[in-house]
Amino acid sequence: MSPIIETQKLTHIYSKGTPFEHLALDGVDFSVDPGEFVAVIGQTGSGKSTLIQHLNGLLQPDSGKVLFNGQDIWSSKAFNNSIRFKVGLVFQYPEYQLFEETVFKDISFGPRNMGLSPSEIEERVYEAAGFVGLTEDQLAKSPFDLSGGGKRRAAIAGVIAMRPEVLILDEPTAGLDPMGSRNLMENIRAYHRENNAAVILVTHNMEEAARQANRLTVLSGGKIVMDGTPEKVFDNMEALEKMRLDTPEITQVFSCLRRMGFDVPQSVYTVEQAKSVLLDGKWGLGNA
Amino acid sequence: MLKDITLGQYFPGDTAIHRLDPRVKIVLTVEYIVLLFLAKWFFSYGLILLFLVCSAITAHIGAKTLMSGFKPLIIIIIVTAVLNILYTPGEPLVSFWKISITKEGISTAFFMVLRILLLVCGTFLLTYTTSPIRLTDGMESLLKPLKKIKVPVHELAMMMSIALRFIPTLIEETDKIISAQKARGADFTSGNIIRRAKALVPILVPLFVSAFRRADELATAMECRCYNNGENRTKLNVLVVKRADYAAIAVGVVLLAGTLIFRHYGL
Repeated sequence: MSPIIETQKLTHIYSKGTPFEHLALDGVDFSVDPGEFVAVIGQTGSGKSTLIQHLNGLLQPDSGKVLFNGQDIWSSKAFNNSIRFKVGLVFQYPEYQLFEETVFKDISFGPRNMGLSPSEIEERVYEAAGFVGLTEDQLAKSPFDLSGGGKRRAAIAGVIAMRPEVLILDEPTAGLDPMGSRNLMENIRAYHRENNAAVILVTHNMEEAARQANRLTVLSGGKIVMDGTPEKVFDNMEALEKMRLDTPEITQVFSCLRRMGFDVPQSVYTVEQAKSVLLDGKWGLGNA
Repeated sequence: MLKDITLGQYFPGDTAIHRLDPRVKIVLTVEYIVLLFLAKWFFSYGLILLFLVCSAITAHIGAKTLMSGFKPLIIIIIVTAVLNILYTPGEPLVSFWKISITKEGISTAFFMVLRILLLVCGTFLLTYTTSPIRLTDGMESLLKPLKKIKVPVHELAMMMSIALRFIPTLIEETDKIISAQKARGADFTSGNIIRRAKALVPILVPLFVSAFRRADELATAMECRCYNNGENRTKLNVLVVKRADYAAIAVGVVLLAGTLIFRHYGL
């Protein structure tokens, strides 16, 4: 399968030619297949945010290319403008971008910019609101009257309403309570499933990355240092720790068990997996 | 788009100019501005320019950075130049219809533009090399005598340092909001003036909301630490005049004397 979005030798330098010059991305080759769910992890300043802003054409590469369906997104102005609607980007704390009188109007901002007809806009707003679990009541309210979690949902719906083929979310659950986080991730999964959209989740919550994604990409110092299934990436605990990244707590527990001499598998990264390993294993813990 | 605004930006560094007492730097900058208005002819401007160039070199501030402040002023500079060229009476060089360009006009326009450019460079050099906190510390200390006539100097300094402190934060915030709205297809660069003005709403509303939120949070944080109006407050970093500061003052005196002498002879 050819990737829906791909970067080739992507390099970006901030504040070129000033004392603040900073190499944020250094020859990054990153690609996502249609319908894939990828988590990008890395510590603060590793270049995650810079990378995702290249994917929808907000930032222009200093060198290298960004391809959408094999076409360079900077090849023509018209194509570049349409990319924003195909690659939806939800920034960190997106609730700070709400501005309209009602939640409905705010969610329709994206579709309106696409030049859709009023009936199409309405359909999309209701669909997006459905995905994030906003009620009709809430759509009529001022976005500033919603709770923190509600604002977050409204802002994410504003991007989903454009029906992007690639949905990128930067720390979508930061600052939400565990229940709210779980619900929101469920909503995102639903969008992923029903529209067969590719999702790129930027996070430094390893549990979340492990639970959601089929593939993990680890960024460090503007380079991709690891890329693969969660099993493969979390197998490499020492390397992750060197980059000041955690492995999920349950993986750490299992690594502890191994050090204590138990012959448990190393690549366990969700509680569900751990449970089945322990119950089915030769430990007989299930019978005890 | 907003990266072009360098107003009030500070470039951290550890040069002799950076380390100077902010009070000395403020006084020297004021002196520099006054001298620019006293300067008459090439020699005095040359002397002031020499002072500026030497300071910039010592502070490791490049010409490009220093001149980045010109951009927003281009229109003012052009208007000043044109008005001065056209409306200065004197010996006409070229004339057509009712307009005549005079020799005096050209020289006035030239010096006026030079004056504006030097003015901008000089004041920017101050903010480039002095952190906002030291700058307001310096101002507060210089304005202290006004306390005698009940001017709330400390409060003013505090308000100013808060305002200065939040300029970069708000610029960063604006950048983020612009990016977020662009990601939803907002277009700020096409259409007529009315369309463009309307396109600002999605930026301004969130920006104001967040500015008020920040102000509120800051006020709460200050209350929590029992902040009060500066009665008997002591400073963490007390300003001390050092040897380098006396040297800078000496340079300032030489500059003053030099310019006044040149002015006296009409140079």
